[in-house]
Amino acid sequence: MLKILKYSFYDLMRSRWSYVYFAFYLLLGIVLLFLNNDLSKAVITLMNVIIVLVPLIGTIFGVMYYYNSREFTELLLAQPLKRSSIFLGQYLGVALSLSMSLILGLGIPFVFYGLFESSAIWDFSLLLITGTFLTLIFTALAFNIALSNENKIKGFGYAILLWLFLAVIYDGLFLMTLIMFEDYPLDKVSLIGTMLNPIDLSRTLILLKLDISALLGYTGAVFKQFFGTSFGLIVSFSVLIIWVLLPVWRISIKSKKKDF
Amino acid sequence: MNKLFIFLVAILLAQTNDAQNIEVCSTCPISTLKDAIAQAQDFDTIVIKKGTYKEYNVIVDKPLTIIGEDYPIIDGESKGEIITVISDNVTVDGLFIINVGTSYTEDYAAIRVKNSKNFVIQNLVLEKLFFGIYIEKSRDGKVFHNKIIGDAVEEYNSGNGIQLWYSKNVDIEHNFIQHVRDGIYLEFSHFCTIKNNVSSLNIRYGLHFMFSNDDVYQDNEFSNNGAGVAVMFSKRIKMYNNVFKENWGTASYGVLLKEINDAEIIGNTFEENTIGINIEGSNRIIYKNNDFKNNGWAVKVRGACYTNSFIENNFLYNSFDIAYNSKVNDNVFDRNYWSNYTGYDLDKDGIGDVPYRPVKLFSYIVNRTPETIILLRSMFIDIIDFSEKVSPVFTPDNLMDNNPLIKKNTW
Repeated sequence: MLKILKYSFYDLMRSRWSYVYFAFYLLLGIVLLFLNNDLSKAVITLMNVIIVLVPLIGTIFGVMYYYNSREFTELLLAQPLKRSSIFLGQYLGVALSLSMSLILGLGIPFVFYGLFESSAIWDFSLLLITGTFLTLIFTALAFNIALSNENKIKGFGYAILLWLFLAVIYDGLFLMTLIMFEDYPLDKVSLIGTMLNPIDLSRTLILLKLDISALLGYTGAVFKQFFGTSFGLIVSFSVLIIWVLLPVWRISIKSKKKDF
Repeated sequence: MNKLFIFLVAILLAQTNDAQNIEVCSTCPISTLKDAIAQAQDFDTIVIKKGTYKEYNVIVDKPLTIIGEDYPIIDGESKGEIITVISDNVTVDGLFIINVGTSYTEDYAAIRVKNSKNFVIQNLVLEKLFFGIYIEKSRDGKVFHNKIIGDAVEEYNSGNGIQLWYSKNVDIEHNFIQHVRDGIYLEFSHFCTIKNNVSSLNIRYGLHFMFSNDDVYQDNEFSNNGAGVAVMFSKRIKMYNNVFKENWGTASYGVLLKEINDAEIIGNTFEENTIGINIEGSNRIIYKNNDFKNNGWAVKVRGACYTNSFIENNFLYNSFDIAYNSKVNDNVFDRNYWSNYTGYDLDKDGIGDVPYRPVKLFSYIVNRTPETIILLRSMFIDIIDFSEKVSPVFTPDNLMDNNPLIKKNTW
């Protein structure tokens, strides 16, 4: 598996898209810092970008990589190799190279700007951690979609739909549910609703460290109890880890059964 | 001629009225404050030397000046009220008063001024107190440069730092108040000046006043209080250049205004409060040159607020600028700077060409269903906010700033 991971990783490192992705984040970091001059404000703006773009790029890139390397995959399948290690190796190769572009692309300008002396370092690390989680989750979901769909167009369609659903539509449905049931106690429902969507969860996690914690406290003791403590943080991260493990587990199951 | 006569009489009186100094110390002939007051003539000065004096229920019934040297400790041993002033023209200066008794039926204070005029309470340090300085039915006094550090934990068994009740023309300046129930509390007190005080870390309010008209609040700092500052049922008050900050919590406000009319709120800073200003039933208030910075809600308008004007304020990085729960708007927003403004200024006159709508649809939704706050900064919310901005349906369509500034207001 490690060999395949290494190969996929180097392959992607040489590819143009990784550089574009890396350069995009580098540029974003530099522009934000030098236009804003305020580290914590830059972190908020970055959050908006990360919440939307990282899942999108993870999904598209994952699907694209799977379909493009199909012939190579078939070649590998002819070798005496474990199927799960082939697909997991490829998945990790994509996910890690994307995460690396993200971390380096955003990290370099911030380090030059003087991140280590700033108090925003924890907010920023949290941002990068959730960004990495989102990459891992959405690349895994993309691999799942690609494995289940032979048709490229269909696969891309589903991938985009998935992103659209989790990034936008889910929140709409969530909001409508909350408004419809406004006569009932909603604290726990909204907590669970947040947990079920990795994008919402990451957003809440970051906002928690920025400005939302007191605003949330306003609505009720449950929010405050949950988000005000390290317990909330631990639960949130555990849910994110589950969100990574479930699709990865399905990749290995699905790949074992699939006909090529 | 008349003036000269009065002057001469005054000199004569000063000569004949040989005000004495009475010294109090543990080895002196007079070793307690009570004895000193009993033996003193009107207008004498009592000097208390350094030491510890275990006394309570000290009643000052003559016009005296009581001065502590090197902060002598007056220890009430938690038995009741410590000093009660019932005469006019009393000055109390430089004492360290501790251990005021706690009672559920009486408001014991470290120092109470009752029915008197021209009092001066200054340079006191109060600790372990129930009520600190309690001014009752008095007028023309000064409460100056005191330090009040309480140890209040619960609202029901703690008292206020400085309390005014039915008083008039009192100046409260340069006091430092922490860890009591309400830092400064005014009830039925008119024409008072509250200036340069610091009131922080109190359980309930930093400043709390009710039914107190024509008061001036200036250059004070209120921070980290349980519920910020509450201002209720008062007319013609003026709040200038105060700082309200870090009142973060479930029911915390920078300032809570309820039934306040004809007030002026100018040059204040509201920073990092859950709600900067919460307005309810308040009319004809002028908000000018205030900074609203990093608040959850900068201004939350509840209801029955008419003819208020928000002019030349800075709204900087608040999660919500204005929350509004009615469709009728009679309030004016003009020439403010809004950090969330996205318009342009083609004619370069410093005023944005597109009006700014400070009430977002999301803030309307959160008002209705508070739990939806969990969707803050989500992409879906940005989309519906944008569509509401383009064609307002739920928010009052005339609530807007027609002249939003492009650059921050400076003054």
